[in-house]
Amino acid sequence: MEYTANEMMTIAAARALKDDDVCFVGIGLPSAACNLARLTHAPNLTLIYESGTIGARPDVLPLSIGDGELCETALTTVSVPEMFRYWLQGGRISVGFLGGAQIDRFGNINSTVIGDYRQPKVRLPGAGGATEIATHCGQIFVIMRHSLRAFVEKVDFMTSLGHGSGGDDRQRRGVTTAGPTLVVTDLCIMRPDPETKELTVVSLHEGVEPEQVQEQTGWPLRFADNLERTPPPTEEELTALRDLQARTAKAHAATE
Amino acid sequence: MVAFLSLRDAVAECVRDGDTVAMEGFTHLIPFAAGHEVIRQGRRDLTLVRMTPDLIYDQMIGMGCARKLIFSWGGNPGVGSLHRLRDAVERGWPAPLELEEHSHAAMANAYAAGAAGMPCAIFRGYLGTDLPEYNPNIRFIECPFTGERLAAIPSIRPDVAIIHAQRADRQGNVLIEGIVGVQKEAVLAAKRALVTVEEIVDDLKAPSPNSVILPHWTITAIAEVPGGARPSYAHGYYKRDNAFYTAWDSISRDRDTFLAWMREHVLEAEPGSPLGWRV
Repeated sequence: MEYTANEMMTIAAARALKDDDVCFVGIGLPSAACNLARLTHAPNLTLIYESGTIGARPDVLPLSIGDGELCETALTTVSVPEMFRYWLQGGRISVGFLGGAQIDRFGNINSTVIGDYRQPKVRLPGAGGATEIATHCGQIFVIMRHSLRAFVEKVDFMTSLGHGSGGDDRQRRGVTTAGPTLVVTDLCIMRPDPETKELTVVSLHEGVEPEQVQEQTGWPLRFADNLERTPPPTEEELTALRDLQARTAKAHAATE
Repeated sequence: MVAFLSLRDAVAECVRDGDTVAMEGFTHLIPFAAGHEVIRQGRRDLTLVRMTPDLIYDQMIGMGCARKLIFSWGGNPGVGSLHRLRDAVERGWPAPLELEEHSHAAMANAYAAGAAGMPCAIFRGYLGTDLPEYNPNIRFIECPFTGERLAAIPSIRPDVAIIHAQRADRQGNVLIEGIVGVQKEAVLAAKRALVTVEEIVDDLKAPSPNSVILPHWTITAIAEVPGGARPSYAHGYYKRDNAFYTAWDSISRDRDTFLAWMREHVLEAEPGSPLGWRV
């Protein structure tokens, strides 16, 4: 089956989630990947949205982080202070799944401003839950479309700590969780180098050459010695994703 | 004692120029009808507090109600930017807007601290982020027992909290269900509390002994406003109008289009007639 780069990205990200993971889900691309995982290989995956819904099993992708669909299908819904205090800060979440406007070579994420904070070129929505998701979940998966605007040498604003300035900088800042262990884009899969923590390309999606990834990345990229090819989407994965997106488009276009 | 008032009288009673106002509802139960009444009454110099400003604060900022915004995520969920918020921040239109920016964890803790009567919230957070450089209200303290460095921010204690709920009984006890957000904390943290409800009933019919209920003696004023959360939603009553949230992107992008829309659908609308302004 033919597929798009965006479909490959979502499917590659979904594959990284395990059936017993407890996942804090960001809206947009992360939400699509997490629900695809739940609808394919990880039916017992626990999805948590910051609106307070624990164990949400939405039939369509929510437009917002607090659509009614999430609450109606959840195991339970708690208050927002409880969500951030007991569940996130309490260390109950194994994976946080984030997107953002910019990411740098050490996996730090910006979702606050482009340009100077006080005179911003673009005012972005801001941190939301991301700042504490980034430090309190066991590990962080990131999903973002590859572009020179998004993959920058250094983020304009550090909204969410990744590996800081690299090496053991994250630990030196008092953070004990693993941080970004996986970055999935529409071109490739990246993981931090075990020592330097610099994001390194470990797998190229089918048909993508290393130069293409470099052209869309704002720093001299490192590629793993044993660079792999991402297996293309299976028919089952593609069908599940397309059905989910078709149901979602239909639901969001409808008004009562 | 709680007063049952019309929406117009409830807002006039509870909201004054210069107030710190927290209108909460995490995507769900956003008090749009009350916000529109604040706009119609021409309140000015408000400090608006809300985790997710959403369309309601975009509208209030664009109509010149706000002097300052305390928030943690200022977007149109799933759609993109809040264009009126951006215009105020990037170009000072219709007036400059002071920002006090936090993370969700911080705001949630600050509401809980406010409800608990504490001067500040203490939590593990703001590690490695640039936010403390730009917000002097983010500070750090040392745990007196372990020495761990913890974040502290002032508690949120608004002059008035405004929320929308499913229903109130005739005594004024209020039931909230579904995604309950930080509404309970906002009401208990505030000096005054205004609640709009879908309906006023003889019996709340609370579904569980652990249902979220605000006793009547925690509330200043209640106004019955069916549909008062549209285009957000009320669990058990109506769904989120996702198509409107998407349409807001083009309505709000341009100043004149925005003003024309606000004139027709808010300024010239009857208080509490939210059905009239749907696209």
